[in-house]
Amino acid sequence: MGTNRRIDVSPEVRLHVVSGKGGTGKTTVAAALALGLAARGKKVLLLEVEGRQGLAPLFDAASLSYSETRVALTPAGGEVHAVAVDVEQALLEYLEMFYNLRRAGSALRRMGAIDFATTVAPGLRDVLLTGKAIEAVKRMKDGHPVFDAVVLDAPPTGRVTRFLNVSSDVAGIARVGPIRAHADSVMGVLRSPRTAVHLVALLEEMPVQETLDAIESLREVDLPVGSIIVNMIRRPLLTDTELAAARLGVLDHDQVTEQLLQVLPPHTQPAAVVASALLAEAADHAMRVEQEDDQRLLLGRSGRPTVELPFLSSGIDLGALYELGELLCGSDD
Amino acid sequence: MTESFTPPPVATIRAVAPTAPILQIDELLNDRSIRVIVCCGAGGVGKTTAAAALALRAAENGRKAVVLTIDPARRLAQSLGLQALDNEPREVTGLVGEGSLHAMMLDMKRTFDEMVEAHADREKADTILHNPFYQALSSSFAGTQEYMAMEKLGQLRAASESGQGWDLIVVDTPPSRSALDFLDAPKRLGSFLDGRFIRILLMPARIGGKAYTRALSLGMGVFSSVLGKVLGASVLTDLQIFVAAFETLFGGFRERADKTYRTLQGADTRFLVVAAPERDALREASYFVERLAEEKMPLAGLVLNRVQAARLPSLSAGAALAAAQRLAPEQGTPTFNLLLLHADRSALADRQRELAKRFTTAHPGVPVMTVGALATDVHDLAGLRRIGEMMSGREEVDQPT
Repeated sequence: MGTNRRIDVSPEVRLHVVSGKGGTGKTTVAAALALGLAARGKKVLLLEVEGRQGLAPLFDAASLSYSETRVALTPAGGEVHAVAVDVEQALLEYLEMFYNLRRAGSALRRMGAIDFATTVAPGLRDVLLTGKAIEAVKRMKDGHPVFDAVVLDAPPTGRVTRFLNVSSDVAGIARVGPIRAHADSVMGVLRSPRTAVHLVALLEEMPVQETLDAIESLREVDLPVGSIIVNMIRRPLLTDTELAAARLGVLDHDQVTEQLLQVLPPHTQPAAVVASALLAEAADHAMRVEQEDDQRLLLGRSGRPTVELPFLSSGIDLGALYELGELLCGSDD
Repeated sequence: MTESFTPPPVATIRAVAPTAPILQIDELLNDRSIRVIVCCGAGGVGKTTAAAALALRAAENGRKAVVLTIDPARRLAQSLGLQALDNEPREVTGLVGEGSLHAMMLDMKRTFDEMVEAHADREKADTILHNPFYQALSSSFAGTQEYMAMEKLGQLRAASESGQGWDLIVVDTPPSRSALDFLDAPKRLGSFLDGRFIRILLMPARIGGKAYTRALSLGMGVFSSVLGKVLGASVLTDLQIFVAAFETLFGGFRERADKTYRTLQGADTRFLVVAAPERDALREASYFVERLAEEKMPLAGLVLNRVQAARLPSLSAGAALAAAQRLAPEQGTPTFNLLLLHADRSALADRQRELAKRFTTAHPGVPVMTVGALATDVHDLAGLRRIGEMMSGREEVDQPT
């Protein structure tokens, strides 16, 4: 089966990377995961790296900046801090941290050097962005980690392996040197059991195929695949028997018509017409459920644990994020 | 069991955005003065499928069409007969009618390589193609894909203008983190080439330019102390070789990018924004509509894709629920669940209609065509044909087969 498990929230996993095809709700899932961990009393840092400001509205913030801001405080005393990582800022911080070169870094920025370097060497951009997440994982204060967990809202599945596989990208540019050493140290954490790369999918053909492709490519470069999160699940509204009958077109039209006659409000269309429409809708629904079951089987074959999240028709607000977070992480026990 | 029944005539779903003008896809496709259609929108809204379906319909209406897809799903590619990513248009077989359809998938790296080879002599091209910076730049997704899509569009246009090629090019746009990247790519390249830093990098190659001497010493001082430390000295050398070799090509690249960009403002181009009836996708569509207006790029309209079809609009969600409640003691029959299912679908359709209305309120002049959600994914030409029919308003709701 593999469904309805939780994400591995054990303290050993320090970095949760969340990816997914566009439109699958990966940003929402990343936010819910961060909140779910915080609801268990953890202090969590949530990072956004694509400059989309997708996290801010989920937490009713106008926008996120490069400075870490607390966006949620949970009843259990957990906290979510959020940050939008900007590649220039990350480079300046890197220069300051490792070389004490912040002012020189600013001069480089004014010359357009940073823009240039990150454009001409995309591997450099990625290592700076992932490096920021790793820095947060490793950050210590008074002998304790500052954050219990870091959640990274990563680029979509089509790009995620390349994004995370920084040392090979940088290796193409720099065979030796400090940036290469930095990339290798980032890679060391990414490839360790401290990291889990979760993939968000929908039960549709393209997102499932992309998820399976991403699992394969992540495994090829020894990046640890975590859970598959199947998002926006709509439970079938018909019983299995009804679905089977609807699929075959053998639901009892006369019986439905007869019952509708007793309950339909006046002035609607004739009961037989309504019944036919309802049966046609049931057939659509049955076909979709069948297709979703096929996709679920395909995902199951990947061997990765799967967590299913419901479609929330009322939209996503903070309450909804808590609800999804609990489904992802379990309640505090 | 009863005998099979005939589904009732399906209600129109055009009413999704009642005040929006209707987007007439067939008029667009049959207008011979239109030679380029660009499909854009957020990722995951069915943009690539829409582009393929439009090109097929145009071809079957008699045009000589070519569709440039960026990253098609495997089965969509197969449905077009595209097995390999070979960066060349291939003819699609199995069409009905007089026209023709070619399809291709963009190979970003190969397009870039070919552009280098076309603009540099052999020796210089070799230097560039083997430089690690070039390799990183040409195979990364960030920005390069958008730019190469523009380059390929320029090539297809040039081929079609030579008179032997196509009379309609349908372009899919890359699945950008933001739909706007496609428009920004050439400009970004421009600002990149104009950057002070690139000029500083190039200076060692033309030492003696007095005006630059101060900037040079200042720039190179910071440059070597910092980037040398961060990247390592050999990286610096590679970078300088790359920039020096690339310099002579920049002008040509830039000119081409500017030209392609300008042709997108031309009278023979139309943009179609594709969106799903969801808040985020429509927000992105809104941005795009505004951006196109700002850039003076001609918008044909919005294709609202994957809309929940209402088979029985006269029975509202509320009425269906009320009817189900009156039935409650008789659970165990399917009628109760059927009414709940209808209520659920109606509620979804209502929400989507509301979102579409809001879009139209903000952009009242933008023509809209809604396309119903297909129960299954597209696997073949027949599936693409059906989407084309839905887009043109010939078939409005998916029928179970």
